[in-house]
Amino acid sequence: MGRLAMQRTLARRAAVLVVITALGLPACGSESSNQQTGSGKVAITVTGQPPSSQAVERRIFDADVAEFEKLNPDIDIVPHEGFMDPKTFSAKLAGGQLEDVYYVYFTDPASIIARRQAADITDHVKDMAVIKQLQPALLDIFKDRNGKVYGLPTANYSMGLLYNRALFTKAGLDPDKPPATWDEVRTAAQKIAALGNGTVGFADLSKNNQGGWHLVTWAYAMGSQIARQEGGKWTADFNNAKVKEALRLLKEMRWTDNAMGDKQLLEATDVQRLMGAGQLGMYLGAPDNVPVLVKEFKGKYDDYGVAAMPGGQGTLLGGEGYMINPKASPDKIKAGLKWIDWKYLAPDRIEPRIKQYLDEKQPIGLPATPTPDIYTGDTRAKQSELKTKYANVPEKNFASYLDGNTKLKGNLEPPNAQQIYAALDNVMQGVLTNKDATVDHLLSEAEAKVNSALAQVK
Amino acid sequence: MPSLKSSEAPASTGSPQWPVEAPPAVRTTTRLRRKINDNLTAYGLLAAALVVFALFSWYPIVRGVLLSFQEVNFVDPPKWVGFDNFARLFADPLFATAWLNTLQFTAIALLLGFAVPFVTAVLLNELRHAKAFFRVAVYLPVMLPPVVVAMLWKWIYNPGPGLANAALGAVGLPDSAWLDSSSTAMVSLVIVSTWANMGSTTLIYLAALQTIPGELYESAELDGAGLFQRLWHVTIPQTRFVLMVLLLLQVVATMQVFTEPYVMTGGGPEDSTVTVLLLLYRYAFTYNDFGSASAMSLLLLVALGIFAGVYLRLTRTRSED
Repeated sequence: MGRLAMQRTLARRAAVLVVITALGLPACGSESSNQQTGSGKVAITVTGQPPSSQAVERRIFDADVAEFEKLNPDIDIVPHEGFMDPKTFSAKLAGGQLEDVYYVYFTDPASIIARRQAADITDHVKDMAVIKQLQPALLDIFKDRNGKVYGLPTANYSMGLLYNRALFTKAGLDPDKPPATWDEVRTAAQKIAALGNGTVGFADLSKNNQGGWHLVTWAYAMGSQIARQEGGKWTADFNNAKVKEALRLLKEMRWTDNAMGDKQLLEATDVQRLMGAGQLGMYLGAPDNVPVLVKEFKGKYDDYGVAAMPGGQGTLLGGEGYMINPKASPDKIKAGLKWIDWKYLAPDRIEPRIKQYLDEKQPIGLPATPTPDIYTGDTRAKQSELKTKYANVPEKNFASYLDGNTKLKGNLEPPNAQQIYAALDNVMQGVLTNKDATVDHLLSEAEAKVNSALAQVK
Repeated sequence: MPSLKSSEAPASTGSPQWPVEAPPAVRTTTRLRRKINDNLTAYGLLAAALVVFALFSWYPIVRGVLLSFQEVNFVDPPKWVGFDNFARLFADPLFATAWLNTLQFTAIALLLGFAVPFVTAVLLNELRHAKAFFRVAVYLPVMLPPVVVAMLWKWIYNPGPGLANAALGAVGLPDSAWLDSSSTAMVSLVIVSTWANMGSTTLIYLAALQTIPGELYESAELDGAGLFQRLWHVTIPQTRFVLMVLLLLQVVATMQVFTEPYVMTGGGPEDSTVTVLLLLYRYAFTYNDFGSASAMSLLLLVALGIFAGVYLRLTRTRSED
């Protein structure tokens, strides 16, 4: 073969290879979600594996996977690192990459169910013993209007007032008597801010939908609602005196008392950083923030406390759970539910779970993992007893939260939550960044936007 | 009926038996085949580029256009919904705000981002010493990842101990709320964007300036032209083509501003920095409504397409005049 002919042949082959490779690329991204392993095992992909930077949590998770596979030789768990990322959720689903068992926040199930992006597991869960021991209100989050079930709750929280006990002491406040009314919150914020050196008395979020999420919390705390349903139609229900009172208070703390710092447009990580650095007295949050403050900012459990939402009216309930890929086969759904039940729910594993965390020197005594407040009846009582028995963090720092929560009305997130949060972000930003902002105007504008979002609810 | 091959043309016509020249069809086919064989490597390389473009640019564009008229959940087959996605966008009170904000950003970015690099390039061109240092200094921000730039400026803009307020204070000016005020947030973002991106445009202007023959300046100087006259009568006309192209590119780029508002303000305060792309992002990745997000990107595509068409037509007409 001549040199020229050989070059041509090579070029032809290269071109064919390029075309085949390019055409093959999309196919690489569409791994079948219903493959079985060669050994006849059911292989399921699951999210919820903590990142390797969280060494202890990762070790516990991986040990659980190994133990579960030992107990269930017919199931192969393929863990994927991470939790819920709304940014990649649809892309993963479209590309066949969404895990068989995937993590969700309580914000997500309503819209996921409306978009039919989760498997109907009603028939699969009806025989699960643990179902009757879970709080019905938490199960409702994973149901559609016909009562069909699409997921299971695995942890929950209610928002409270997270406060820095060390700064309370420094400001002459009693850390064992956290504020129980909004007036007390304001007074405490003034005293803490008066410590100087950039110390912030009270901080709140106002960016990337987190401000809206917190305004919903404020509304519930004042006894208001966000939306009401009449004749199957949702309308905004927050442009009222109660929410105006909340905004007036925020405005006064920000501008009259100068107790909320100069920098606004904050997100959760910003306030955690401030709190971790000992620069912040209080913010609205849940107890699961405390381990973050201790682990990421080298804090001490003794320095933080959580009180129930002040005012005694109500609070926002939040949490997490797992749903199943709508393309998963019945075998995978069965295996996935077995995993969720064993790993997160089974009442007979409460004590082993606590011991596992104790062995790793993790906090026990908080109303958070491994003892989330998801059960009802005897199981709840049993968990509470075990939590007290094994507590290694000062439970008294959270006593006010636990006592107070029993008297508060727990409210769930509104439908089309993310769009509502985006509209309400604006209200928080107005109050916290514009001294001359008119609360009435901000609320009226937000009301129009929220009604537009609620009109999309199916 | 099978077609008669030209090589099988009947020979019993009484014509002499000397070599017959092949008919035109045969010649064309042979020439084409030879041409293809000669250029096979080039076609192979071209095919690779075409396939990559088709898969990663054209296919997503076509898919995006289709999605604009569909409701998708990526589980069931897409449902055609006509103009519902567009209707939903027009009903969103934030839609108009996003367009107005984007136009505002573009207008300020043109004032700042078009003039500042040009003036910088002229100054760099005039430098006699430390040329390399200043060129590197101007280009350096381009090498920083955009998110790093945004985080850095968030710190600079901190209304408390931030560098920007310290600088204002040093010259006796009052503090500004920068990103924390709806009246200054957009300008603050434009400053960041200009600072981060002016390096590339400055270098392009500088390259264009260096192609201007020195004789033009010399004769202008002999005619008694001052600095601004030289700039107006020599520099700008000589770099007009580059200026026009960069203006077009800058409008197209600034209309798609996203990173700065996403990282620095999240669209606030009070929606003052919600841009078209930020709203589009929210529709796609926060609300998971890919139909409306695609509809919005289609509207942006059409708007920019119309602008580019009109702009090119106007500039071509002026050039011909």
